[in-house]
Order: sequence, then C-alpha cells, then structure tokens
Amino acid sequence: MFKKTTFAAALLAATVMSGMASAKTFVYCSEASPEGFDPGLYTGGNTFDATAHPIFNRLLEFKKGTTEVEPGLAESYEVSDDGLQYTFKLRPGVKFHTTEYFTPTRDLNADDVIFSYERQWKADNPWNKYVEGGSWEYFAGMGFPDLLQSIEKVDDLTVKFTLKRKEAPFLANVAMPFASIVSKEYADKLQADGKMNQMNQLPVGTGPFTFVGYQQDAVIRYKKNAEYWGEAPKIDDLVFAITTDASVRYQKLKANECQLIPYPNAADVAAIKADPNLKVSEQEGLNVAYLAYNTLTPPFDKVEVRKALNQAINKQAIVDSVFQGAATVAKNPIPPTMWSYNDAVEDDKYDPEAAKAALEAAGVKDLQMKIWAMPVARPYMLNARRAAELIQSDFEKVGVKVEIVSMDWGEYLEKSSAKDRDGAVILGWTGDNGDPDNFLDTLLGCDAVGGNNRAQWCNQEFDDLVTKAKEASDQAERTKLYEEAQVVFKREAPWATLDHSLAIVPMRKNVEGFVQSPLGDFTFATVDIVE
Amino acid sequence: MFRFFLGRLAVLIPTFIGVSIIAFSFIRLLPGDPVALLSGERVMSPERHAEISHQLGYDRPIVIQYLDYLWGILHGDFGTSITTKSPVLDQFLDLFPATLELSLCAILFAILLGIPAGVFAAIKRGSIFDQMIMGTALIGFSMPIFWWGLLLIILFSGILGWTPVSGRISLMFFFPSVTGFMLIDSLLSGQEGAFKSAVSHLILPTIVLGTIPLAVIARQTRSAMLEVLSEDYVRTARAKGLSAFRVVGMHALRNAMIPVVTTIGLQVGVMLAGAILTESIFSWPGIGKWMVDSVFKRDYPVIQGGLLIIAGIIMLVNLLVDLLYGLINPRIRH
Repeated sequence: MFKKTTFAAALLAATVMSGMASAKTFVYCSEASPEGFDPGLYTGGNTFDATAHPIFNRLLEFKKGTTEVEPGLAESYEVSDDGLQYTFKLRPGVKFHTTEYFTPTRDLNADDVIFSYERQWKADNPWNKYVEGGSWEYFAGMGFPDLLQSIEKVDDLTVKFTLKRKEAPFLANVAMPFASIVSKEYADKLQADGKMNQMNQLPVGTGPFTFVGYQQDAVIRYKKNAEYWGEAPKIDDLVFAITTDASVRYQKLKANECQLIPYPNAADVAAIKADPNLKVSEQEGLNVAYLAYNTLTPPFDKVEVRKALNQAINKQAIVDSVFQGAATVAKNPIPPTMWSYNDAVEDDKYDPEAAKAALEAAGVKDLQMKIWAMPVARPYMLNARRAAELIQSDFEKVGVKVEIVSMDWGEYLEKSSAKDRDGAVILGWTGDNGDPDNFLDTLLGCDAVGGNNRAQWCNQEFDDLVTKAKEASDQAERTKLYEEAQVVFKREAPWATLDHSLAIVPMRKNVEGFVQSPLGDFTFATVDIVE
Repeated sequence: MFRFFLGRLAVLIPTFIGVSIIAFSFIRLLPGDPVALLSGERVMSPERHAEISHQLGYDRPIVIQYLDYLWGILHGDFGTSITTKSPVLDQFLDLFPATLELSLCAILFAILLGIPAGVFAAIKRGSIFDQMIMGTALIGFSMPIFWWGLLLIILFSGILGWTPVSGRISLMFFFPSVTGFMLIDSLLSGQEGAFKSAVSHLILPTIVLGTIPLAVIARQTRSAMLEVLSEDYVRTARAKGLSAFRVVGMHALRNAMIPVVTTIGLQVGVMLAGAILTESIFSWPGIGKWMVDSVFKRDYPVIQGGLLIIAGIIMLVNLLVDLLYGLINPRIRH
C-alpha cells in the first residue's frame, strides 16, 4: 500500500517538477536516515529535522535562532494564577496538507491537539501502540505522563491543559518536536481503512513543507506548502540527500550537489572557510561536555579532591586539540547562550602545582583512577579518547595514575549510570528545549542519581534551588535561583566542566536566510538561493 | 545431476538453521542493550525499560524468543525493526536491489578485467607486463576500501569533476521505483539523461567494490593458467600445430576456469562485506549500510534477519557455483 501511494506521489511530483523548470530546489545533505515520519515516536535530531520541522507545527514554536517560545498553532495562551492550568487559543483557518494520499475536509481544531497528546499519553487510545514496539520516548522522558492531569476541549479553537503540579518548563516542552500536532481526521481515516501504519510513513501536518516521498536511506522530498499559515517558504522543493560520511558531505557541497551540510569534520573547516564558493555559519551550541566523578566513592566523595583534580586539567588544550578551536572552555554546567547563565562564576584555574599541593593536603597519595572515554563522537565531544589522553597526562603531572576505559556506546550509557561505577566519565548533553531545568535538574538533580546524574551527586542546597526554580513562573525569579545553583555547583565540583562546542554549518555562498538554531535543528522554511 | 542437486540442497537446511542460531545468539552476546539505546543520553527509568522490554518480548527466556523467531521466519515474518518500526523483510526488499546492482556491476568489472589480465600475465610469464599486472593486483588487494573510495572521490569528483560524488542518480531525476535497479528504472522512466546519470553514479562505487575481487581473480587466473599451460595435453595441442589462440582459449582456459569459478563464487561473500564500506562512502542506499547502522543501534531483528537473508543468498550462490562446476567438469558429479 505504501509503495502504491509513494508511487503515485512520485508520479505527481515528477509531473510537477518537469512542468516547472525554474522551480527552486534546495538540497540538504543530511547526516542520517530518519527513523520514521511520526516525530512523537523518536528521539533523534536528524529525524526531527526530517519530520517535525518541515512537516509539522506545535502549539508554541521556538523563535528562530533562539530558545524563547512564541505562538505557533496557538495564537495565544493564558496561565491560571495557581500555575496549573494552561489555556491555548488556536489560530483559526490553519490547513492540514493536501497530498496524494489525503485531502482534509476541515481546518485545524481542538480535537487535533487533544488527539496528538492523548495518543502518546493514554494506553487505551487506539493509537498508543499503533506501530509494533513503538514507544513515546520523549513524552515519557520529559515527564508528561506524571505531569498531565487532563486536556479538555473548551470550544473548537480552545484547549485547556491541567497539570498535576507547577512546572515552569511546560511551555518550552510544548514547543518540542514530540509535541507536534497531527491531524485527527487523517488518523480516523487511516484507522477506518485499516492502514494505521501509514501514519509513520506518509505524514500529514500543517508545516511549511508538504511530504512528497522517501526513498529509504537515500532521498526525502518535500514541496512548498502553498497554504502555509505563516510566511511561505521561498524555495519550491526541499530535498534531503542522506549522506552519512562527513568527508563525502564536504565533497558534495563543493560539487554543488547540495547547498548546505551539517557536522563537517573539524579538520575540513579551515578549507571550507577558504573556499570562495562556500561560507559557514557559526554559533555556540546548546551543549556541555563534562567529566563526572563518582561522588559516592572515595576519594571522590571529598570536594577538595574533586576541586584539586579540576585544577589539574588544562581545558584549553582539549579545546585546541579536539575541536581545533571550534569550542569554548566551559565553567558552568549550562552553556553561555542559555538564559540564567552565571558569568560571575569563576572557573578553577589551571594550576598543576596547586592541584598537587591540594591533593597532598587532602591526604590523597598514589591515587589510581579510571577515566571513561565515550566510543562515539557527539557534537559536544568529537573525540573523547583524545580528551581522555590529555586529561591522563594532566593527572599524571600531579601524581594521579589514570587508566582509560571505553566500551560499546549502549553499554557505556548504561554502565556509566550505575551508582557503584568505578571511575570518572566523559559525557555531555545537548539541550532539548532551552530551559536551564533541562540541564540542571535533569543532569544534577537528586532524582537523577542512578540515571542521568552521572556524578551520582545529590546536594540538598542545589536540589532545593533547582526545584524551587522549576515551580516558579516568574522568569526573573527563576534566573536568580539558577544563578545561585551554579554557584553551589562550582563550589561542590561534581564535574569538571570541559567545553561547549561551536556548531559550524557550511553552505554555498548563494544560500541566504538560513538561521542557525541553538537547539541544533536544521530548518529551511526561511532559506533562499540567490543567483 | 538431479541427485547431485538434491544432495547439495539437503546440506543447506541444517546450515541455515545453524546460521539462524548463530545470528540470533551472537548479537545477544554483544554488550549493549537495544532498549536503553532508544533514549540516547537520556536515561530511561527502570520501570519504562521493563515496560518496553516486555513490549518487545525481550523479557522472555531466550529459547522461547528463538523458537518464536524461527516460527515467524517459517511464516515469512522476519520481525520488525526496533528503530524504524517497519518490517525487516520490507526494508530488505527495498534496499537489496541497490546492493545487487552494485555488486553485479562490480563482479562483472572484476571478471571482465581480471580474467584477461590473468591470462595475459600467465602467457607473458616473467615479463614486465606480468610483473606490472601482478604488482597492481597486490596493491589492489591490500588497499583499504574506505581510503580508496575517498581517494577516487577527491580525484575524479572533487578535482576533475568527471563523476558525481555519491548517490545513485542525480536528484533532478525523480521517478517511481519499478524494479529497484536504477539502470533499468532510469530507462523505463523515459526521462532524458536519467540513464546516463545512473551510469555515471555507478562508476566509482563499482571500481571501489570491484577492486579486491579483480585482484583476486587476476591472481587466481594467472596461477591456474600457469599450471594448465604446462600440462601434457596443452603441449600436444601445440604440437598438433593449433594456433596459440585456440590452445589458450579452447584448451587451457576452459580447464583453468574451474578454480577461477570457485574463486568468483567465494567473492560474493567478500563482495557483501565490501559493500558495507563502499555503500557507506558513496551514500549508496543498500543493505550493507543498513546492516552497519543496525549493529550500532543493536537493532536485533534487523541484524539477525539481515544476516539470515544474506547467508541464505551466499549459500544459494555457492550452490549455483557447485552446479556450474559440475557442468564445467563432469567428473565432479560422481
């Protein structure tokens, strides 16, 4: 069935394309195949680039180039005084895509919103398990099942969310890809036709681009949504050419086989900048890489020991060697682009002598430890092995012997969470929604010990501040609390904060209007090619 | 001949079961948990982990899981991918034509160049041609595929601009997939320039994937020819005054072909291994790339299903080689 419909879509597109010789086509060499086309089911950024951003919208959207939220499918919203009720007023006249496989008969309404959330939330919803082995990972990961009390339709264009507790990051969460609004009318039709699986293969949304077809592991095609409620895209056709190897992506960009590429090799960046046909866009990524001590095991349970080791690490050398300058040294657990970043915090100075003395003063002699190096490159840490080797030689200078260990990525993620883990772990985080809570509580809160909190660090003072900030709805108040939390973090040193990497996006010189997202998304609604 | 065929076929069944057990158990011996990988850096709660494991059936005894899997296969169900949530067999059938097309081109390239090169080297044994051909073959055999691919891309696509960098066809062309073979589909599409584009996209990956088999075939042909050329019947043929072409082409080559055909058959396995790297470099949407991705994601159904299907194909090819063998040399049948 899927084959038939894509076939028809392909025919249509072929006709359309041959009829419009001057159509503007923009090719993006994406780094990996999308896992599927229903954004709620997945967690990969490349899947969101191919689904949530071109095809769908959310109630609220991240303002281009920032982590602030702005109205999306909801024109406005109100928060009740107790902070538990959020009432969204929907934008009237929003059209779902008309495609070869679906023609909508009505505009977006409250039913679509309720359906989009309830299918992820309620186990008795027929769509909750519509794909074999499918699970709503982000919905669960962001704590929605425990947070939502009810979602009600007030009228056709008004939806009221009631929460079980106060949660300020809720608005940012609503703008995340998993919260994309899908068409209930389309879902009902698929259900009636017994083709529910198609929801994950042939998507229907309200976004700037309409899905045309996907050839597995090769090409995804979209065309401009002429009826888009926002500013219409400037390009007519959008193509994702899936190209997994970074060197090959660079070659394709040079040959003008694509106009924009993600994640270049650090080693190629200088050549890209020197090429007269290319340019790059640079922005500090919303990420952090860290070395997390296990604060439950001696001698790392002593703050003096952790502080001393932090002083022994030459972080600038890591930035220079691993990122060739495309990163900044981190002093806080949140990146500088994030609101509430406390710039007044002073980093531990690189001082091997002082570190050595401090270790001696703490009674630590002949310390031997393990450092875990991730086996994969992530945006925040391109080469963990190299970083570990640098730290190893730094530590040896202060008399600490280091054994570097590594293992398979899945095993690494799993075992590094264990409370009795032996050694310090190199890992990092890329923000999901731009809220400081998504770093400070998710990675360092007491609830996350044995999970995301790789330092296994539970500090009551820090935890109280972060919890209070989560419940406060006034941004100024939250900022103050998070700033204080960062001071506590620095004093207690559960991690050595290593770096925040720079996201570099190479493109052809004639590409205009690309806005880099601090969240690392690649979106093309505003992109244009000028001749 | 028919009994010979049946005998060979009977061996395949236990082999197939053996492969299914190995595919099933080995992937589970690898450390790393597919359920935990679903959420990336974000750690899943133990309850959630248990829930999803249960959903996927990974909390059942391994023997039950295996029998269930085998039962599925007997009914043509190879399971569903954990990451993409689509049926393994559908994905395989979508991707396999790309791999097959590339592999066929590569093996054809290797045979068409390798056999003449080997024959020529054998006839001119010890000459400068022989040494050049064998030297080149040795280099070809030792070349790391990844490096070789990138080198060709940088030279022919980057500097000279003769061939496209990667993909199966220019993105300008867009037509429905009828057979899955781009060369055929591009012809069927009737779009001007589509076939040419498909051919130009095939050149570099064909060379890269064909290099190792080419080297092996050339060396094998040379040594087989040398052996045959010193046989009595060849001397007799020469003494009878037959032309050099007839001696080499009719008498020597046919007998030298037996080990060469075996070698070509064995190259199918090598080819599928090589396809993994070649496809990754050239963004070729085939099963090699698909399998590698699934190993990293510990996508059990894809790995075991893919392995099983590929093993099945290799076994079938070897069966064909055995049969071909019987045709070339009737003595083997007995």
